[in-house]
Amino acid sequence: MSWDVVIGIETHVQLQTKTKIFSGASTAFGAEPNTQACVLSIALPGTLPVLNYEAVQCAIKFGLATNAEIAPRSIFARKNYFYPDLPKGYQISQYELPVVGKGSLEIEIGDIKKTVRITRAHLEEDAGKSSHGAVENGTGIDLNRAGTPLLEIVSEPDMTSASEAVAYAKKLHELVQWIGICDGNMQEGSFRCDINVSVKRKGESKLGTRREIKNLNSFKFIEQAIYYETQWQIEMLEEGKAIQQATVLFNPETGETKAMRSKEEANDYRYFPDPDLLPLEITDEKIREIKESMTELPHLMKARLEHDYQLSSYDAAGITSDKHVADYFFATLKEGAEPKQIANWILGQLFSKLNEHNLSIENSSIKPAVLSLLLKRIQDGTISNNGAKQLFEKLWVNPELEIDTLIESEGLKQVSDSGLIETMIDEVLKNNQAMVDEYRSGKEKAFNALVGQIMKASKGKANPGQVNELLRQKLVKF
Amino acid sequence: MKDWSIKELSNLLREKKISSVEITTDYLQHIKKKNPEINAFITVDEGRSLDQAKLADQIIQKGEGDVLTGVPIAQKDIFCAEDWLTTCGSKMLHNFVAPYDATVVKKFNEVGAVNLGKTNMDEFAMGSSNETSYFGGVKNPWDLTRVPGGSSGGSAAAIAARMCPGATATDTGGSIRQPASLCGLTGLKPTYGLVSRYGMIAFASSLDQAGPMAKSSEDCAMMMNVMAGFDPKDSTSIDHKKEDYTKNIDQPIEGLKIGLPKEYFAEGLDSDVAKVIEAAIDQYKKLGATIVDVSLPNTNLSIPVYYVLAPAEASSNLSRYDGVRYGHRTSQYDDLMDMYCKTRQEGFGEEVKRRILIGTYVLSAGYYDAYYLKAQQIRHLISEDFKKAFQACDVIMGPTAPSTAFKANEKIDDPVTMYLQDIYTIATNLAGLPGMSIPAGFVNKLPVGLQIIGNYFDEARILNVAHQFQKATDWHKAIPEGALS
Repeated sequence: MSWDVVIGIETHVQLQTKTKIFSGASTAFGAEPNTQACVLSIALPGTLPVLNYEAVQCAIKFGLATNAEIAPRSIFARKNYFYPDLPKGYQISQYELPVVGKGSLEIEIGDIKKTVRITRAHLEEDAGKSSHGAVENGTGIDLNRAGTPLLEIVSEPDMTSASEAVAYAKKLHELVQWIGICDGNMQEGSFRCDINVSVKRKGESKLGTRREIKNLNSFKFIEQAIYYETQWQIEMLEEGKAIQQATVLFNPETGETKAMRSKEEANDYRYFPDPDLLPLEITDEKIREIKESMTELPHLMKARLEHDYQLSSYDAAGITSDKHVADYFFATLKEGAEPKQIANWILGQLFSKLNEHNLSIENSSIKPAVLSLLLKRIQDGTISNNGAKQLFEKLWVNPELEIDTLIESEGLKQVSDSGLIETMIDEVLKNNQAMVDEYRSGKEKAFNALVGQIMKASKGKANPGQVNELLRQKLVKF
Repeated sequence: MKDWSIKELSNLLREKKISSVEITTDYLQHIKKKNPEINAFITVDEGRSLDQAKLADQIIQKGEGDVLTGVPIAQKDIFCAEDWLTTCGSKMLHNFVAPYDATVVKKFNEVGAVNLGKTNMDEFAMGSSNETSYFGGVKNPWDLTRVPGGSSGGSAAAIAARMCPGATATDTGGSIRQPASLCGLTGLKPTYGLVSRYGMIAFASSLDQAGPMAKSSEDCAMMMNVMAGFDPKDSTSIDHKKEDYTKNIDQPIEGLKIGLPKEYFAEGLDSDVAKVIEAAIDQYKKLGATIVDVSLPNTNLSIPVYYVLAPAEASSNLSRYDGVRYGHRTSQYDDLMDMYCKTRQEGFGEEVKRRILIGTYVLSAGYYDAYYLKAQQIRHLISEDFKKAFQACDVIMGPTAPSTAFKANEKIDDPVTMYLQDIYTIATNLAGLPGMSIPAGFVNKLPVGLQIIGNYFDEARILNVAHQFQKATDWHKAIPEGALS
């Protein structure tokens, strides 16, 4: 029997603001427990929330980037429940009227494009952290994170496979970093996904019962969890059992999902508008102001790279996957190198080096000006592509070196003197009569072997294009 | 003990005829004498009060300072004051020492006023008799067998027994005006948003408002000059232009149009209280005011609406008292749920628990629309009633409470009867309007309060209206027997 998989995703994006959403306490990660917990973070009696407009700006940016409705008036509500790391006994969130309404995000799976609808995005505060076993005979509570601003982005159940879900999560992850509202650090929990999964018989219109996989903070886990959960649900249904709506946790060690105790989810949150906060009002003028301050969105930039610089869709996607990569690309372009070549080198040589050293592009030891000069030296025939790769290695270790001096000292300057190359060709042809005969009998392979011999004779310095051209001429005459 | 007004103290201090230390010492001695009987204060700290007085004297000596520099007042124990025990009348906070000042406290500190101590109150301001306090009931200085009203009963009794010349108070449904009425004092609940709620322990956030309580309108105006003002730490604080509430207090009120809502004189009002109010209205006529009949048709809905909305907000506001971070925590427990349950069971009193239960119920899934949402809609209608009434008059008058001070234990087991104490005061909280209570006479030697309701931000006007009455009458000068000895 075959089954359809239906996936919707709720993403908690930690917003990059200097201070918490309703207080002046710092949001920096990794401080000693409770050193960033102000009177409000501890929920002392009498304390009151004051909205941080930086968080609102982030929400507006996200709304603009997903072509969403931005509510002129939205309401903060209290979500009431008891937990030790929730100091007020309620979380300030948005319920009936969120700041961002319906929008959409285009994802790509291979060559296929798909639009995922976004239901809403709302602002809320994060809870603190409970560390079980952090203190003797008990649980440690760290309220540093309590009050950190989050944007919860809710998608429609538009995804039909783990790969689509991962593509959506990755695209969202790229976007929130691109527009500068989130640092994207998944290990630190800045970007976490709750995945709603259900299955139904192929073609059936009615949705199946969903289970929600909580708090996934890596793309690999998302993929594994959905895969496992889907298989599990299909097996259950095929055995004739019913799926119970549940919240499940993914165990990265076993790769399995498991339902939480039902007691933990039987909550009535008693939402009501927070009387300590006024409705959030956003004017068209404010939206316009923020729109003007925003950089070009990645999908628009991608189209421009394809159109204006003839980059392939693949290369353009690579360059626009990260704002810093795009910045690097344009900085290199400005120095005069050729766009396609820049894209090739960034996505090839540079990326593999960055990966090897686990560095982000902002911390690359080779800066755009250096890369640009290197590429220009290929273009003007001074060095070969291979020579450039050797130089790249040297420059990676010591970016202070002067390229032209290095070309000389390393002896990487190409021989482009046709007289000299012709002499070398003649010499090789004379000593390799057998290969010449093979070529003449129609074996194209022999041509390449001859080129190899000539390059070897030139110690790799001969301009390969010229060698090719001159060799063909000679073989005709020979 | 002398019966000083805040205004007199202010003048004596600035004329250097008396020092703040002398005044403060007198009051502290009087507290020591009177408080064991009245129980108006939860915390008194003589050393700290005198330190503040000494500092105030130094400032005055230099010829500096403000009108209230060196004047001692008391703070309701709902306001956080740095390094002071701040209990809110609850066992839950019996050991809570606030690490910061409420904005109201900070403002009094900044002008150099002296804090005489923290006054008793109904637990979390929930009550109309001060009998729900974990620290025991407060006695009404006019009759020790009777309650002082609530929730600001401690502030009221402290002033009535001349243990302080003025005190801060808060009013969610009548908690300034009703005790002022029952203790023969002048109290003002300002427009919602005029005085900062920062550091004032929340009961029902959309209704809570701090205000002054003293013996006269003039003294309240002087306190208002300190208390009012925009506070960026309170998102519901309103950026209203700073006013001097004493400036026009002496203006004649000839031509003033007083609206009398017929609903405030209907069944439920004690007939003797009604007579006192009518006499007060006659006095206003003599002062040149004219009377117009107005109607507030939804008055009878104000109590049910209030007892949906206030408990709803309270049930959420009081969730933070979970024994995890501060305050009471039960000594023996098996697990987290057990700790929560026992802590809250032990830490909260009956009335607080009753309201948490009501609030939790009305916010629950399936009931929200029928209760909370409906109540919000009626709240809007109640505001509209006032809006309409104010088109015909400048101020609205009526009784503050339906009766004079009642006996201790008389109503404590009958919450609905107790809730009716606030029948005339609650609607102004729901509408966010300013309201005052001023002494208007006596019934069987017990004070009766006249309520004056103003339009939004009309505090200066109602203070003026009250002051003119107090210039013409002596009710506010009456002193409970033995209060000064």
